[in-house]
Amino acid sequence: MECCNKRRMMKESPESNFMNRRGSSCFPDEVLERVIGMLKSRKDRSSVSLVCKEWYNAERWSRRNVFIGNCYSVSPEILTRRFPNIRSVTLKGKPRFSDFNLVPANWGADIHFWLVVFAKKYPFLEELRLKRMTVTDESLKFLARSFPNFKAISLQNCDGFSTDGLAAIAADCKNLTELDIQENVIDDKNDNWLTCFPESFTSLEVLNFSILHNDVNFDALEKLVTRCKSLKTLKLNKSITLEQLQRLLFRAPQLCELGTGSFSQELTTQQYSELESAFSNCKNLNTLSGLWVVTPQYLPVLYPACANLTFLNFSYAPLDSDDIAKLLVHCANIRRLWVVDTIEDKGLEAVGTHCPLLEELRVFPADPFAEGDARGVTDSGFIAVSQGCRNLHYVLYFCRHMTNAAVATVVQNCPDFTHFRLCIMNPGQPDYRTSEPMDEAFGAVVKTCSKLQRLAISGLLTDLTFEYIGKYAKNLETLSVAFAGSSDWGMQCVLEGCPKLRKLEIRDCPFGNAALLSGLEKYESMRSLWMSDCKVTMNGCRLLAKEMPRLNVEVIKEDGSDDSQAERVYVYRSVAGPRRDAPSFVLTL
Amino acid sequence: MQGVTIIPTGGSGGGSTMSSTLSKEDTNLVLSSEDSSCPEDSELLELGLGLCLSHHHKPARKSHSHHHHHARILTAKDFPSSASASASSSSSSSPPSSSLSRVNNNTTTSTSGTKRTAESVAAANNGPSPVVGWPPLRRPYRVNSFNHSKSPATEVFNWNSEKSKSSETDVLRKTADNTNGNNNNIDTKEKRNFRSSLFVKVNMDGIAIGRKVDLSVHSSYETLAQTLEDMFRESTTAITFNGSNGEDFGILVGGDQHSKLLDGSSKFVLTYEDKDGDWMLVGDVPWGMFLSSVRRLRIMRTSEANGNGLAPMLEEKNCRQKSKPI
Repeated sequence: MECCNKRRMMKESPESNFMNRRGSSCFPDEVLERVIGMLKSRKDRSSVSLVCKEWYNAERWSRRNVFIGNCYSVSPEILTRRFPNIRSVTLKGKPRFSDFNLVPANWGADIHFWLVVFAKKYPFLEELRLKRMTVTDESLKFLARSFPNFKAISLQNCDGFSTDGLAAIAADCKNLTELDIQENVIDDKNDNWLTCFPESFTSLEVLNFSILHNDVNFDALEKLVTRCKSLKTLKLNKSITLEQLQRLLFRAPQLCELGTGSFSQELTTQQYSELESAFSNCKNLNTLSGLWVVTPQYLPVLYPACANLTFLNFSYAPLDSDDIAKLLVHCANIRRLWVVDTIEDKGLEAVGTHCPLLEELRVFPADPFAEGDARGVTDSGFIAVSQGCRNLHYVLYFCRHMTNAAVATVVQNCPDFTHFRLCIMNPGQPDYRTSEPMDEAFGAVVKTCSKLQRLAISGLLTDLTFEYIGKYAKNLETLSVAFAGSSDWGMQCVLEGCPKLRKLEIRDCPFGNAALLSGLEKYESMRSLWMSDCKVTMNGCRLLAKEMPRLNVEVIKEDGSDDSQAERVYVYRSVAGPRRDAPSFVLTL
Repeated sequence: MQGVTIIPTGGSGGGSTMSSTLSKEDTNLVLSSEDSSCPEDSELLELGLGLCLSHHHKPARKSHSHHHHHARILTAKDFPSSASASASSSSSSSPPSSSLSRVNNNTTTSTSGTKRTAESVAAANNGPSPVVGWPPLRRPYRVNSFNHSKSPATEVFNWNSEKSKSSETDVLRKTADNTNGNNNNIDTKEKRNFRSSLFVKVNMDGIAIGRKVDLSVHSSYETLAQTLEDMFRESTTAITFNGSNGEDFGILVGGDQHSKLLDGSSKFVLTYEDKDGDWMLVGDVPWGMFLSSVRRLRIMRTSEANGNGLAPMLEEKNCRQKSKPI
């Protein structure tokens, strides 16, 4: 295709004047941009941009959303230079292990400088979705002032802000449709931020403040819910009582996603039946979550709304097996289920029995540090689910012990796993029946589940597990490893064997410099590598940094520790060069 | 002190061998000892209080995670179980060395505690161990166990949770519960900031042994000060060291529950070292900002605070009306 004619590449807007074009046998730019503009998938757009210069330009002018998996892999300047017309930005910051306290505070990933650049280059920015970034109130206030068309903000696992920042968003973002605050570390200062939505404001569609722990101004909330007729998602915090919930549901029967408040108030018969009828009026409910503090006797009010539920998030509701069984009878359409292990194996049997369409299961531990005769879920519950739910493709399972045979059975029943995350909570725990390592379990997973994209392993594991992974897990993109392996060979197997590997996170494993350096050529095709408390030394890291200048090799140093060891290493590819905002404890080699 | 011996273990930065003994019940304590007159001296042995698990070597395997070098205080329980641990094939232990370790100041990170190798953990107990950041749970929630008969329904769901049976950590657990325990059990988690644990060291002038406090269970300066008061009141009665001088550490909190530590009326003031290394008076900045910059705490004698130039702030505090954001 002749698309390399000389023509003016820099345009002021995608709707360029047709008269500016010179003749060519290609599509006019506008048409090309329109066509390419319809591509939504990031991967497709990436491919398209590599075809030729004209397609590269058509793609960059027509792109509206950008996803940046590692905020340090690119700079805001580079981003805005390439993509002039972005309306929606998704950014991820800290390494995932920061969720587990392995990354010190003030590590970085501050959104502010991005916002400053966006204010100049993307004044029409509409959406910002952040994960594991540091966001201050000042940044939120700046955002609220700088983008008149701003519509949606979603903050997940972020930190650094308070309800003051939320108040600024509420007050100044006149076109806001989405305010979604999930799992953040937030300073909940007062209950008045909700009052900052002006009386004239009606556009809200998504409101999620479930993690706030203080009371909110219910009056303001009720008025807000009443006037926002397009509200589809409402996730409340624990301060909202059942009675208040009923009033809100009465105002918003059109809700699709509901996160309840506390599910535990003394209700009169009258209140109970009002609540029940409020739920039965919600014909569109497909997602239910919340249930902070549950009085199981009130669960039946949910039954009328359960028939259309596809996602049930009870990860904060410690129900027992009877309660969950009685509820699940009504939930035949469930696709995603998140529960606490208080439901035990018997509860999982009920899942297998009543939820044949289940695709995703997450079981969280109520009490990970329980000693002695701790309950929870075991291998038999796991098998029971797999027998009843043949469509299962995503599992996150916390248990105290497991057997190789059980895992093999599970994947035989459900060979389509794309995400398999098994967390045997005691590090180095062998198969409790045979006392052997859990190598064969994960061997079975990678051999049987050819579509596997994400794997998290645990238990007593030798290098054999990694040999299996390297040999069979050809679609694997994300691997999480802890307390596993016997030698460098293990990590080498994975680096050499998994062609699609993008994220590798390792902690407390006996992998040293040889393992680290065996991935020299690999790391540029990956998003990032994290290794903490392994056997890597500073010299090994320096060598890596020297050989691969386009990688950022960062070591997080703690005072008083051995200077030659590299306790926490974070390696990632970047076109932006070394970080300019690194704190003193992050050494870029 | 009943049956508690301080046995410093650990090597210097030159990589000398770590040694330790293992306790099946994880009752090991590490307490902090520091000369109160020079907290900045990094050459001192400094231990951190926390549920520190002993570092453990397994010569059979090459695996070995790098650990912070901590000294440990063993309780009487360690000795019988350490004997059996030595005897068992899956563990090895050697007599603790007497070399002192460098100060391991964990305050740049929000984590505390030493880590253990997997094998040592598996060998030591059949239950899960409080290793930092394990199990990998983002959610520092407290799931109330309505149906569970076992008592600690308000058990703090915390990587460094105090599962030990020793009195020291009982105090910690008690104070953690106290701070949230004013409410109904059911509601305790409501008051809790959704942050994973944030342990910082606390030293008090005149007390040789320092402590660690988890700031994430607090949402205000008042509760923190109360906790510290409880903590150090226990210290002065339970542990007698030469440093105490018989001073009255008792009344740090006034009768109206308002912390004297914060308003300057006590003989002590509460100070903290921030991320820039400066020592500041606690209470000047909003709580959230404090959390993000605090590295460690020190309960300083007022006289010394005056000498350090914190005095102007102190006087200011005495004069102005205090209103603390929660």
